[in-house]
Amino acid sequence: MNDIYDGLLSAFWLVVTLDADLLEISLRSLQVSLTALVIASAIALPLGTLLAIRRFRYRRLTISLLNALMGLPPVVVGLLVYILLSRSGPLGVLGLLFTPTAMIIAQVIIITPLIASITHQAMRELWAEYHDLLISLNTSGWQRIRTLIWDGRRNLLTASLAGFGRAIGEVGAIMIVGGNIDNATRVLTTAIALETGKGDFALALALGFVLIALAIGINVAIHWLSRTEREGRW
Amino acid sequence: MIHRILALATAVTLGTAVLAEEMKLAVTTSFENSGLADVLLPAIKEDLGLDVQLLVVGTGQALRLGQAGDVDAILVHSRTAEEAFVAEGYGTHRREIMYNDFVFIGPAGDPAGIAVAGSAAEALQRISAAEPAFVSRGDESGTHKKERALWAEAGLSPETFGAWYREVGAGMGASLNTAAGLDAYILADRASWLNFGNPAGLALLYSGAPALFNQYAFLAVNPERHSHVRHDLAVQLEGWLTSRRAADLINGYTINGETLFIFNAGPE
Repeated sequence: MNDIYDGLLSAFWLVVTLDADLLEISLRSLQVSLTALVIASAIALPLGTLLAIRRFRYRRLTISLLNALMGLPPVVVGLLVYILLSRSGPLGVLGLLFTPTAMIIAQVIIITPLIASITHQAMRELWAEYHDLLISLNTSGWQRIRTLIWDGRRNLLTASLAGFGRAIGEVGAIMIVGGNIDNATRVLTTAIALETGKGDFALALALGFVLIALAIGINVAIHWLSRTEREGRW
Repeated sequence: MIHRILALATAVTLGTAVLAEEMKLAVTTSFENSGLADVLLPAIKEDLGLDVQLLVVGTGQALRLGQAGDVDAILVHSRTAEEAFVAEGYGTHRREIMYNDFVFIGPAGDPAGIAVAGSAAEALQRISAAEPAFVSRGDESGTHKKERALWAEAGLSPETFGAWYREVGAGMGASLNTAAGLDAYILADRASWLNFGNPAGLALLYSGAPALFNQYAFLAVNPERHSHVRHDLAVQLEGWLTSRRAADLINGYTINGETLFIFNAGPE
C-alpha cells in the first residue's frame, strides 16, 4: 500500500512541476495513439458500415474473422511488424523500424478490427431502421454509408474511443517495434515497463496514474467537443 | 463535431522532426540499469554532437539486431557469442571497453551458506545441495549465458534441477523483482543490483571471484553486410569510448561510493 501512496505523491509532483521528460513521453503517447486512431477510424468506420449494409457471399465469415481479430495479441502483431520492417525484412528499405511510424502501424493493425466490429454491431441496428427509407429514396451505396455514419455518430464515437483505449494502454507491440528509445520512441506504457524493471515502483505507478488521467482527459474532451449528453440531445 | 475532433487530432499528431546526427546502439539491460548510460550519453553528445539512441535488450536480441542490420553497433558482454558474431562477418571487429562483475544475491539469512564459499563454483554447488529457490534469467542474455557457464564449471547442469530452479525469461530488473518476491537466490551484475530499488529481503552474499568478471565489448556492424549502417558514426563512437575522457567517466562512476565499472580498453 505504501508504494501506491508514494506513486500518487510522485505523480502529483511530476505533474505539478511539469517534468520535461514526462511531458515529452506523454505527448509522444498521444501523438502515436491519436494518429493510429485517426487512420484506423478512417478504415474501420466505412468498413464496418459497409459490412452492415452489403450482402455478399462470405459476409458471415468476414464478420466472424473481424470479431476474432479483436483479440489479436499485441505482442504477435509487434513481432510481425518487426519482421516486416527489419532491415533484413521485405520492407526494410523504408528504414521505419524503431520510429514512431512503426509504432503507429502496429497500433493501427491492433485497433482497426476492434473499431470495425463495434461499428458493424451499431450500424446493423441502425440499418434495420433506415433500410426501407434509404432503399425507397433510391440512394447509392456510398450515400447510404455516409447517412448511416452521420446519424450513428454517437455510437461510432464509442467505437473509436474503445480503439483509443486499447491503443494508449498497449505495450507489447510498441515495445518491440519502437524499442523504447529515450527521446525517440519512449511512451508512457514502455516507460512504465522500464521503471518496473528497475524496481522503481513509485515512478512506475506515477506514470501509470498519469496515463489513466490522460485517457480519462481525452475521453472527456472528445465528449465535450462533440456535445454529447447536452441540450436535450442524447 | 468531426471538424473539431480532426483539428484536435492534427494539432497533436504534428510531430517535429529532429535533424541531428544519430545512430542506434543496442546495449544490454544490465548496462542500461547501471545508470552509466546517463553519464556517458550527454558527454558523447557534447564531444561528438552525436545522438546515440539506445535499444535496451538482452545480449541475444542485441546480436540479432546487429545481424539484421537494425542497429549500427552493439555493446554487449558475452565473449563467445561476440566472437562468433565477428567470425560470421556481421561485425568488423570486437573491441573491449570495460568490465564490471557479477554477484550472487540471495535471502539475507543465506540458507545455502554461500557467503563462506571458496569459489563461484563452490557457491553454486552449495546452492544445488540445499535447493533453495533460484531465479535464472532464462533469456539468452549475457548474464544468463554466464550463469550457465558457471553451472557447467561447477559440474552441474540446470536441466536436471527440480522446481526450485526457475527460469523467468525476463530482463535483469524484472528477474530481480521476481527473486525479491520469492526470496530466491539469483546471479546479477553488480551495477543492476546497486541500482535496484526493491531489494526486499535480499542481500549481496558472494562476489569478488575472478570467474565472475564481466567484460563489455563494442562491436560495429559490418558495412559490407549492411550498406545502410552508419559505420562512420560507429567508428567515431568507438574512438570516444576508448578515449581518456571515457576512461575517466567510467572509472569515476560510483553508486553509494562503490566503483561499478573498470575501464580496460587497450590501444587498437
